[in-house]
Order: sequence, then structure tokens, then C-alpha cells
Amino acid sequence: MRPLTEEETRVMFEKIAKYIGENLQLLVDRPDGTYCFRLHNDRVYYVSEKIMKLAANISGDKLVSLGTCFGKFTKTHKFRLHVTALDYLAPYAKYKVWIKPGAEQSFLYGNHVLKSGLGRITENTSQYQGVVVYSMADIPLGFGVAAKSTQDCRKVDPMAIVVFHQADIGEYVRHEETLT
Amino acid sequence: MGRKLDPTKEKRGPGRKARKQKGAETELVRFLPAVSEENSKRLSSRARKRAAKRRLGSAEPPKTNKSPEAKPLPGKLPKGALQTAGKKGPQSLFNAPRGKKRPAPGSDEEEEEEDSEEDGMVNHGDLWGSEDDADMVDDYGADSNSEDEEEGEELLPIERAARKQKAREAAAGIQWSEEETEDEEEEKEVTPESCPPKEEEADGGLQINVDEEPFVLPPAGETEQDAQVPDLQRVHKRIQDIVGILRDFGAQREEGRSRSEYLNRLKKDLAIYYSYGDFLLGKLMDLFPLSELVEFLEANEVPRPVTLRTNTLKTRRRDLAQALINRGVNLDPLGKWSKTGLVVYDSSVPIGATPEYLAGHYMLQGASSMLPVMALAPQEHERILDMCCAPGGKTSYMAQLMKNTGVILANDANAERLKSVVGNLHRLGVTNTIISHYDGRQFPTVVGGFDRVLLDAPCSGTGVISKDPAVKTNKDEKDILRCAHLQKELLLSAIDSVNATSKTGGYLVYCTCSITVEENEWVVDYALKKRNVRLVPTGLDFGQEGFTRFRERRFHPSLRSTRRFYPHTHNMDGFFIAKFKKFSNSIPQSQTGNSETATPTNVDLPQVIPKSENSSQPAKKAKGAAKTKQQLQKQQHPKKASFQKPNGISKGADPELSTVPSVTKTQASSSFQDSSQPAGKAKGIREPKVTGKLKQRSPKLQSSKKVAFLKQNAPPKGTDTQTPAVLSPSKTQATLKPKDHHQPLGRAKGVEKQQLPEQPFKKAAFRKQNDTPKGPQPPTVSPISSSRPPPAKRKKSQSRGNSQLLLS
Repeated sequence: MRPLTEEETRVMFEKIAKYIGENLQLLVDRPDGTYCFRLHNDRVYYVSEKIMKLAANISGDKLVSLGTCFGKFTKTHKFRLHVTALDYLAPYAKYKVWIKPGAEQSFLYGNHVLKSGLGRITENTSQYQGVVVYSMADIPLGFGVAAKSTQDCRKVDPMAIVVFHQADIGEYVRHEETLT
Repeated sequence: MGRKLDPTKEKRGPGRKARKQKGAETELVRFLPAVSEENSKRLSSRARKRAAKRRLGSAEPPKTNKSPEAKPLPGKLPKGALQTAGKKGPQSLFNAPRGKKRPAPGSDEEEEEEDSEEDGMVNHGDLWGSEDDADMVDDYGADSNSEDEEEGEELLPIERAARKQKAREAAAGIQWSEEETEDEEEEKEVTPESCPPKEEEADGGLQINVDEEPFVLPPAGETEQDAQVPDLQRVHKRIQDIVGILRDFGAQREEGRSRSEYLNRLKKDLAIYYSYGDFLLGKLMDLFPLSELVEFLEANEVPRPVTLRTNTLKTRRRDLAQALINRGVNLDPLGKWSKTGLVVYDSSVPIGATPEYLAGHYMLQGASSMLPVMALAPQEHERILDMCCAPGGKTSYMAQLMKNTGVILANDANAERLKSVVGNLHRLGVTNTIISHYDGRQFPTVVGGFDRVLLDAPCSGTGVISKDPAVKTNKDEKDILRCAHLQKELLLSAIDSVNATSKTGGYLVYCTCSITVEENEWVVDYALKKRNVRLVPTGLDFGQEGFTRFRERRFHPSLRSTRRFYPHTHNMDGFFIAKFKKFSNSIPQSQTGNSETATPTNVDLPQVIPKSENSSQPAKKAKGAAKTKQQLQKQQHPKKASFQKPNGISKGADPELSTVPSVTKTQASSSFQDSSQPAGKAKGIREPKVTGKLKQRSPKLQSSKKVAFLKQNAPPKGTDTQTPAVLSPSKTQATLKPKDHHQPLGRAKGVEKQQLPEQPFKKAAFRKQNDTPKGPQPPTVSPISSSRPPPAKRKKSQSRGNSQLLLS
């Protein structure tokens, strides 16, 4: 377990900022304690300092996880955000997309969101903007990238993709092994 | 088919034509052999039934068979005679079964060939055969009779078919039963050997089922029997019958049959009916009274209801219930004892894949798994260790109770299952957890000083048989003991990881999903002896209390605060929960042959000798030892205090305590002797346990009552002075002592003696109660015991010693 290097921190923050923008600051400066990011086995964990101190006693090969895993760095040092970060992205998300109940299942299986399943979308969403996907009951389902800007979404035909799928909560069941 | 060709058409009547025509079927038979096969089969089912009926009735089958045949084929007789004559050979084979058993297949073929001729006839014969003996006012009665006698001369086709049927059935039944067709019911034949008791029961009248003939098959025969498919209904009925008998044994027993025979029979039947292995069934029979046993076994066949726990970090139970009901799930709150539990009756959607589940609003968790966390009651900002956390249900429950504050270290030794822990904790939004992959026994060295620890130890799984039926057969003595050993190690490590001086904590919960005493009370008792912990109430107001004694073992009385749960009483998985409070961080040294051994005078078990010898030195040694003892005891004072009544006489435990001193004193005398004999320690686990017990108990007694006893009892009981020695008793001593005591008492209670070697201290409990009335006994006992061999030998063969004592 080690702190992130500058480079890694930059890459990661850039990625996260795509979804929550400047709210990222709220992640770091929290009123209820200092939280930090730590790297362990190529995965980035978001954890409070208190917990991190205790985890320092555990040898590296025995430590499996701590706090919340945000994502992992790939072999080429790109940062990939995992669904496990959803709990922190959802409250601070700047651009949201709501999908209809009928399209929930499809999204939870890993498919992209079509125009026909689109319920609501935040105004002035630009193309390729990171968005968080919600159900109509305001349950966060995952996140993705907007394929079309809000304007375009109105014009496009029902079978067109409007949100590219990136991560969804169905992965807890589908990809349990890859979470660690 | 035409009239003439139709085999089913019977030729009846006195007319010329009936007499004349054989019937086309006879011609048919010559060139349609295949038909006969099917016909014979058709014959068989009905003929079989008839044969069975006939068998039940009386030995008149031949006649009944023949008479109908005779009727329809009056005209056939002369010709039939010709035919049958030709077939005498096969028919004689037919006859063979009558007299004795013969292998069915050989003759069957021939019979079938014969049957082919008789198809039509046989059918009719079947119809008539069983009922109609009376109706057969036969002109041909004589013929049929003669046929019988002739045995094969003129068997009408029907008769032949019927005989074949009978033979076939007889052959089937033959293999294992000698009885024959005549009087036996078919079902009975299935398990004749296995019910020798039944036979007698049947004789006794009012007894159960069927057991018909009283033939007793040798054990070899019995195994053959078992190879056959047992009739489950009969077995079930027999189970119920035996349970009924045993409930009112005096009145309903069969004469000459002992209780153990019934129990053995019941055990075998239960094993057959519920598919249990012998070992596990034996364990269960020890645990439960018979009526409960059957309920327990029944409950294990059925899965427990699906329950889930609301994740209060993300939602409320009310909202979750509403959302799930909208999806089509039929659910209810779990009970008054749980604020977050819901029980699912049925669901139109998979309950483990709803969007609410994926969003982490709830977790599927057994009801009994919620209990240990409720017992542990983690507080906010505490440091908790969960030693065997997979799949993470209890860990997440603790996190939600702590509202994501503090730290939880979730550990498991199995890397595969840790993945599910990671998944679950992330899904449920738990952020205060560290997940590690250590062997639980490494714990205090890696990191310690936790406020609370939860140990959900790996176990044999006998409480969750409904989830994993393989447990019924694949567990045996070794597995249970291995589990128990591992659990003891884990528990000691867990205790060492708790920080007794924690402001808000210092608690440990030990739980298993097993119901065996070896994995539960025994392990807890072991920990009580080995560490500075005591049991406290779990805070669960329902559930059965743990055992304080079980068969030959005696446990600490505080085990009553542990809780047991059963599938058949609480409708949740079998579970055991014990809550400890650690009151000191120091680890008591194992006391084997310490300073107390300095008093050498007591040579041996024979209480007389030691007493006499000790009495001379009692005061000095006792006092000296007493002091050392007290020092040692200080460690255990808090614990003892709770149990001892200083000068304590009046409280409930007192009678025990009061009697214990006498016991311990005698034990002390032997303990002195034994301490000098290291050999005794070779005994093994028992000894440490015994010593542990002794130490814990004797100190209690001694501290509270030492004074009293020393003063009061010094004269009559030389062993009093020896009480200090008890502190450092070698285990053998403890074991020996009980034996000594047992001898005199043992006479009265033969069973106890046998159990001595195991847990002498437990016997002490018995004895205490017995000793109170017989205060002076020890001295009286001693003369007898003096004949006993020296302690060393006894240690090694306590049972032998016991038997010797018995003999003496």
C-alpha cells in the first residue's frame, strides 16, 4: 500500500472529474475526517486516515481491500473507474440521466442506453460527457458517457444509443471476481 | 378378428360347438409366438394380483385357476390333455415352485409359451380365479382337482398362467425370505430380518405393524436385505411406532426386548428414512429426546424461510419493503427481535437480483446469522475484528450498526470467499472496513487490541443440514474433533486479540452454526479455563440455554448464558452463540505441578493413606499453599467472585461449592501424589481440562471457603489441608479424585464410573451433590480405595481403575 504518485493522482482525478467536476474537492476535504487515496496492487482505495493507519500493520500480500475501491490502473497506466465508486460519484454527479423502468434491466446487463429507454437527462449535457445513470426512483444504477448531447438526444431516432455504458451495479453479480 | 380367431372369446357352454372347436387361438399360437409374450405380460399383472390375493387367502390357487379354465374349455379337456401331455415337462417345472422355490427365469420362458395358448382362457380365468371358488360349481371340479394332483397333466391354460405368475412372484420373494407364498404378505417380506423386534411386538398384540413371521435372519441376511430397496413407508411407520413405544416403555414394551434393542432399531430406521450416517445420528440421539429428534430430522429436510436484512446505511426497512412489494415480493417483518429483518414468503422476481439488491439496499442473510451481531452490539467508533467474515453478512451488519464509523477488520482464511466479502461490502456501501487474508490464529501478532471481536468459527455445519445435506453422511468423529480443535485455537487467538481495558468494549462473541456439544459448550468451557474471560448474557431473550452438563462432561455453570437455536423450534438454522467479557489482559500460566507439589506426603489415590499422612501436616502445608494459591487466584478473582460466595453458603452454587471442597480435598491428596508423577500428564487433553477446571473451581472454593473448610474440616478431612495442593493439581489427580469418590458412590451409580476418565471434574459435580449428605464419606471411602493401584497406573487406565474399583 502506498500513496499515489503525482502522475497517478493527476490521471485519476481527471477521470473522476469527468463525472463530478469540481466536487472532487469534497471528496478530499471531508468534514468528518481526512480521507486519502492509496494504491495497492494497482487498485486505488479511498479510505479515511484512521483506517489507513490500522491497515498499515497488515502485510501487503495479506491485505485484500480497504475502504472503498475506486478503480484500477491498467498496465498502460490508464485509470479505469469501477462501479464500486458509484456511491461517491452519485451524490456529487453533475450530469445525470434517468432511464425508464423497462430499460433498467437492459442497462443492468451491460448494454448501452437507447433513446427509447431514456427518461430524463440533465440539461446542457455535452457529448461525451461523463454521466451517472439513475432509475426513475432515483436509485443510481451506474455511470457512462453521453453519446449525444442533450439537444441531439431530442432529435435522434429511438434506436440510437444515447449513453455508452461504462459500469453498472449489475456487475456486483456478473463480475464479482473482477472486483478484487 | 373373427369370432373364431378372437382369443378373448371364450367358448362356453355344453353345446356341440364349444366342445368341438379348439378355437382359433390354438392355431394362432403356432405361428404367432411373439404375441404370447405381450399376452403373458398382460397376464402377469393381473395374474400377479390374483396370485397375491390367492396367497393371502389360502392354498387353493390351483383349484381356482383350474376351475375357471375348466369351465370355459370343457370341450378342450380331451384335447387339452393331449396338449398338456406334451407339455408335461414344462408343466412339471411349473409344479416345482409349488413344492419349493425354483429360479423363476428358467421356467418362465416355458410358461410363457404355454401361456400363449391360454391367452383367452387365462384372462377369463383371472377374472374368476380369485373370487369364485364357491361359484365354480364345476362339473369339472373333479378335473381340476385331478389336475392338481396330477401336477402337470392337464393344466388348463389359465391355470398354467396362474401358476407361472405365482412362481414368478414367489421367485422374486424367494431370494431373501424363506417363507413362501402361502401366508406371507408381500410387504412384510421386504424387511423381515430387520424386524426381529417387530415380530415379537406383533406377537405381543397391539404392536405395530406387520411383522409377520418371526424369522430372524442372520446379520448377513440383513445386509442383503438392506441392499434391497427399503419400503420407506414401512420404515416411517416403524419409526413412529417405536417412538410411541419408547415414550411409554413400561406399558408398551415387548417382553424380553430391551430398550437398547428398540433404540438400535430406531436408529437404523432413522438412518434409512432420513439418509443419515450412523455417527451423526448417534450424536443427534444424544442431543435430543426422541420426540424432538424426529422433529429435528424433519425440519432438516425442509429449507428455512428466506430472510433478508435491510441495509440501514442506504434505506429504511419500511421503504425497502414497499419497493419490494411493488416488484412482486411477498414479505413480512422478521419478528419483534429484529428491526431490520424481513422474511420473504415468495417472490415473482429473483430476490437476489432485484435493482434494490444490486443497489445495496438489503442483504440476504439467515435469521440466525443476525443474532451474533446483535449479541456483540458494536458501538460507534470502536475497533472490531471479524475473524471469519466470509461472505460478509455479519461484517456489514456490524458496519451498519456502527454507522460506518470506527474500523472493522474483516478477515478470512479462504481467498475465494474473500472475493464475495469485497463484493458485498462494496455493494452495501460499507466504508470503514479493511479486508485481510490471514489465518485467524495469527491474530494477536498481526494486530491486536480490538474493542470487540466476532468469531464465527468454521464448524461441522450440523445446524445447517437443510442447506447442505451432504453433512448427514460425511461427518464423523474425526471431523468433529478436528473442528473443535481448530475452534479452540481460534477462540484463544480471538480472546488474546481483545483489549480487556477498552473503555467501551472488551467483548467477544463466539458462534457456530453447529449443534454438537463438542464444538460449542466444550470449546467455550475450554476457553473459560484457559483465559481470563467470563461468560455474560448475550442479550438475546429467546433461544435455548446452552448445556451445563452433557453426558459425561460437566461445564461451567455460566454456560447457561449461552444460547442455542434449532431449526425445529425457532425455524432458523441451528446456531450457538456465546458472549465473553475479558476482564484481564494477562494470560494465565498453565498450572501443571507448581509449588503445591511441594507437599509430597500424599502418596496416592487411596484416600485413606493420603489423609492419614496429610493429616499430620495439614495445617502447615495448607496454609503455605493457601497463600500461594491465593496469589494465583487473584488473577481469577473477578471471575471467581462472580461465582464464589465469600464464606458463601447460601447461594445456589453453594451446595455445589460446599461439596466441592470435600471433593477437591480428596483430590488434593491424590493430586499431591500425582503431581509427582509426570506420567499422568501424558493423559492428554483431558488432563489440562481437568486441571483447568480444578484450578478454577478449587480456587473459588478455596478462596471463599478455604478458611471455613480448613477450620471446620481439618479434623475430619485430612484432605482439607490439601486444598492448597489442589491449585496445582496435575490433571491426573483431578481425575483420580473423582474416581476415588466415585468408587463409593459408583457402586450406586455404575454409569458414572465409566465416565470418570473423561471429565473427572464433571463427576465432581455429581459428587458434590451427593457428597453433601455424605460428608464423612471420603474417609470411609478411603479404606476401600487403599487397595487401589498407584496413581500412575490409574492415570493411564482410568477406566481400568474404575473397573477395578468396581470389582473391589
